[in-house]
Amino acid sequence: MSGTIATLLATEIERPSIDWHAIAPELVLLGGGALVTVIDLIWLERVRKIMPTLTSLVFLAALVPVLTLWGDADALPRGLWIIDGTEPSAGVWEGAYVVDNYSLVLKGLFLLSAYVIVLLSTNYMSEGDYHDSEYYQLISASVLGMLVMSSSRDLISIFVALELVSIPAYLMAAWRKRDLKSNEAGLKYMLMGVFASAILLYGMSLLYGLAGSTLLSDIATTIDIGESKPIITLGIIFTIIGFGFKVSAVPFHTWAPDTYEGAPTPLTAFLAVASKAAGFVGLLNVAIVAFPTQADVVEPFMWVLAAITMTVGNLIALRQTNLVRMLAYSGVAQAGYMLAPLAVYSGLEDRATSAVVTYLVIYAAMNLGAFAVVIIAARKTRSGEITSYGGMFNYAPGLTVAMTLFLFSLAGIPPVGGWWAKFEVFRVLTEGNRASGIALAVVAAVNSVVAAFYYLNIAKQMWFMPTPDGDNSRIAIPPALTAAVVLTVIATIATGVLPGLVSDMTDFVNVAAGQ
Amino acid sequence: MENAFLQDWGITIMVFLPLVGALIMMLIPADQEENHKTIALGTSLLTAAIGFWLCVDFWNLGEAEWANLHYVVDRNWISVINAKYLVGVDGISIPLIALTLLVVPLVIIYSWNHIPNPGNPKAFLILILVLHTGMLGSFVAQDLVLFFVFFEVVLLPMYFMIGVWGGEDRLYASIKFFLYTLFGSALMLVSFLALYWSTGSDTFVMAELAERVRVEDVKLGTQVLIFGGMFMGFGIKVPMFPFHTWLPDAHTQAPTQGSVILAAVLLKLGTYGFIRIAIQILPEAAIEWAPWIGLLAVIGIIYGALGCLAQTDMKRLIAFSSVAHMGYVMLGIATLTDFGMNAAIFGMVAHGLITGMLFFIAGSVKDRFHTLEIKRLGGLLLQAPRMGWILGFCTMASLGLPGLAGFWGEFPAILAAYQPADGISAPLFRVYMVVAAIGTVLAAGYLLWLLQRTAFGTPSEEFENDPEIHDMVFTEYVAWVPLLVLIVLFGFVPHLIFDLTDGTVSGFADAVTALGK
Repeated sequence: MSGTIATLLATEIERPSIDWHAIAPELVLLGGGALVTVIDLIWLERVRKIMPTLTSLVFLAALVPVLTLWGDADALPRGLWIIDGTEPSAGVWEGAYVVDNYSLVLKGLFLLSAYVIVLLSTNYMSEGDYHDSEYYQLISASVLGMLVMSSSRDLISIFVALELVSIPAYLMAAWRKRDLKSNEAGLKYMLMGVFASAILLYGMSLLYGLAGSTLLSDIATTIDIGESKPIITLGIIFTIIGFGFKVSAVPFHTWAPDTYEGAPTPLTAFLAVASKAAGFVGLLNVAIVAFPTQADVVEPFMWVLAAITMTVGNLIALRQTNLVRMLAYSGVAQAGYMLAPLAVYSGLEDRATSAVVTYLVIYAAMNLGAFAVVIIAARKTRSGEITSYGGMFNYAPGLTVAMTLFLFSLAGIPPVGGWWAKFEVFRVLTEGNRASGIALAVVAAVNSVVAAFYYLNIAKQMWFMPTPDGDNSRIAIPPALTAAVVLTVIATIATGVLPGLVSDMTDFVNVAAGQ
Repeated sequence: MENAFLQDWGITIMVFLPLVGALIMMLIPADQEENHKTIALGTSLLTAAIGFWLCVDFWNLGEAEWANLHYVVDRNWISVINAKYLVGVDGISIPLIALTLLVVPLVIIYSWNHIPNPGNPKAFLILILVLHTGMLGSFVAQDLVLFFVFFEVVLLPMYFMIGVWGGEDRLYASIKFFLYTLFGSALMLVSFLALYWSTGSDTFVMAELAERVRVEDVKLGTQVLIFGGMFMGFGIKVPMFPFHTWLPDAHTQAPTQGSVILAAVLLKLGTYGFIRIAIQILPEAAIEWAPWIGLLAVIGIIYGALGCLAQTDMKRLIAFSSVAHMGYVMLGIATLTDFGMNAAIFGMVAHGLITGMLFFIAGSVKDRFHTLEIKRLGGLLLQAPRMGWILGFCTMASLGLPGLAGFWGEFPAILAAYQPADGISAPLFRVYMVVAAIGTVLAAGYLLWLLQRTAFGTPSEEFENDPEIHDMVFTEYVAWVPLLVLIVLFGFVPHLIFDLTDGTVSGFADAVTALGK
């Protein structure tokens, strides 16, 4: 044993130079997050008020290298190392960390979502007398995990990224520590999350055992020649289930409603949008890059998962009386639509990926918007019950219109964004002209009509019903929340009227090559 | 030649101007009610000015040009699927656009002192303007995805108009309206996609798709299925029996303005869609479907008429009469002949004018009597003689009296059923013809009975000395006179519309004839 190490140490390793530009977004976020922590440690209470501002500036700063990388399109895709000019190195790390169009779109999405979530959190945290500084640092850490996840094409870095996303979120879910429900939220989320990680790790270890490599592209080439189909199947299914918890696919969704309801609402938005997107990214990376040859295992499993996720999510959402819980179940159903392209991905890897990413982008805009309205409304009503939204049109017409747009977008009705997201899913499902895809498209179509019913129910409360307490005085909306609503409304309308804005970015080519 | 400005901007400005007006109104506080009414009316009049300028310019192009698309604007919109912002007008869109341009300002004028409970003219008028954009957009869109988006835009404002300003059962009626239509359009979207894939997946342009279906030789079975999806989408909107059940509820509960727009324009989106999209693109499947469409149409005629006879509520009765009238329109379409489809488009315009008027009257009756229950009404001719006479005039127009617009929608449609296009069973359609003719007798029955019970006789005791009951007011005159004039005008000069539509329609009919032989 010690001999091996000695040999290793003796070997001269020539370190290739690092492509600093490629990992600049992660580095800026890491450095910025660390800086914010240090500032907090030195000045403590005196800087508490500017913490959200600082954090959002860090997110925007990290967005700059994402944009410059995007602008330097000829150099894409690029990796972590530079050898001989711009070529990625030949070595164990080849293709393990990839910066391409796909990962850049996702990094942009994560940073912008995080920015909006800071806007949502500002008043909530400062008024609730929670530990705001630490909260923002944890959010930065979690977002860092998301950025890493976007580029990871290796089992180990995927797992590390997933834990980096999740562990801060476990803490934040229990942030309102004097509230029993919040404690329940955090504990439930952590236990289920850790359980999912264990399953995921088990699946990954099986895959590693078969392929002899943790690199996704190596797994793709080696596992289809092995004879141990049952073990491959087991490995794949365990891996998918592991992510299934993260994206709250039925039947692994049971943590979501309780966690969503108990956690601080801005954090719920974070879980429902950013953290869920991170799970999808992990799932996409694994499915598209590592399992392109295993469609016969992945597709049927995904078909069933997608169909029951959207159906069960919708049916339970129909019966909810609490808006946050309803959004939780609607989020489950939406996850079903996002899983659907993976049920027909073989031969259409790029198209399926771009459909899922399109959905994630539009979903982030409309769902963050809906949560922003929930947070604003709760400031007046102190309740999450759907009936408490009655008469909102009378005292907050602008907010009502905004929420209506978000709801119609979630229901997939033009001209607001959601229709394009659904259209893209339908397009992939019907593209191959395969019976399974068309059948799933019909299931999805029926489901969107069911979903329209409960989304409209909220609109009905806000527009048609009287105010429960009869108090129709206008409400004051803090600037941060106004900004969040305005940004998400613009994004929701723009993506619906000019879908080209999203589709030009998500028109991926050769994602699976994963250089 | 088209006017250069109209060629580049005419349609686009016409379609989006109402939206601009709505945006301006959003920025003005809700308590400045007069300003809102002025802006809404101004916007709709300006839209109408540009629109009618376009119509006149179109008219001046000359009959030979009416069959083709004009003022075409072709821009890329969603490049990944090649969906385009492609708008243009031809002979079959012009009459419906003109109808829309006319009805919306009249509705806004009527709203001047008829804002239904719970008030809030700002929101009410904004919704009407959004609706305006959606309706105009649907009639000019020449790309399926663009059409779909406009078609759906119409849904939202109508839902809120019924739900907020509607009658007692408004919640039920609004959600029913919404879910029915949404279900139809979901299937319609799936069939659009199926069409896209089966024709080589690089265009959503209607005319190009029609060409592709022929060239690529899409299998008849596939065509029939795709037509079926469109049938659900458009058929629910029309509405055809048995998907009509949302209509009486929506009409009865909607505020007057909503009912008028619904009857005058929204229902036409369905019938227009049949001609413009389903028949233009899939003529072969249309031949297969024609007997079934014809069957449902005549069932609608009879069922609607019988439904009318059973109603106790004036507004609900008018709503059921819509089911019957749209049955004639669909029967005309189902013949797939030049003659039948011309009649159908005439029928759409005539029904829009006449039934729109009837709903206006019902609204005004409700304002005065606070009820529409037929047996409590009576003696309208004594208490409000002018309104009573107008009601009489409109019932005559609605039952298809020659010399008024209704006649030219109904009679040619029945006549067309005598000889449907080649490939469709003529004996079957002659049976339909007889049934439809019986429907006209029933129509005379229920309409005259309605008139007799509401306008004739003496006022019932409870309303005898009600001070609120008075004759027409200024805004009612302004809103109604144009409609009444047009009902007479089109009754005497029907070729104003027939000439416009004939070119385009015979193009579609020729495509059918070529297949039938």
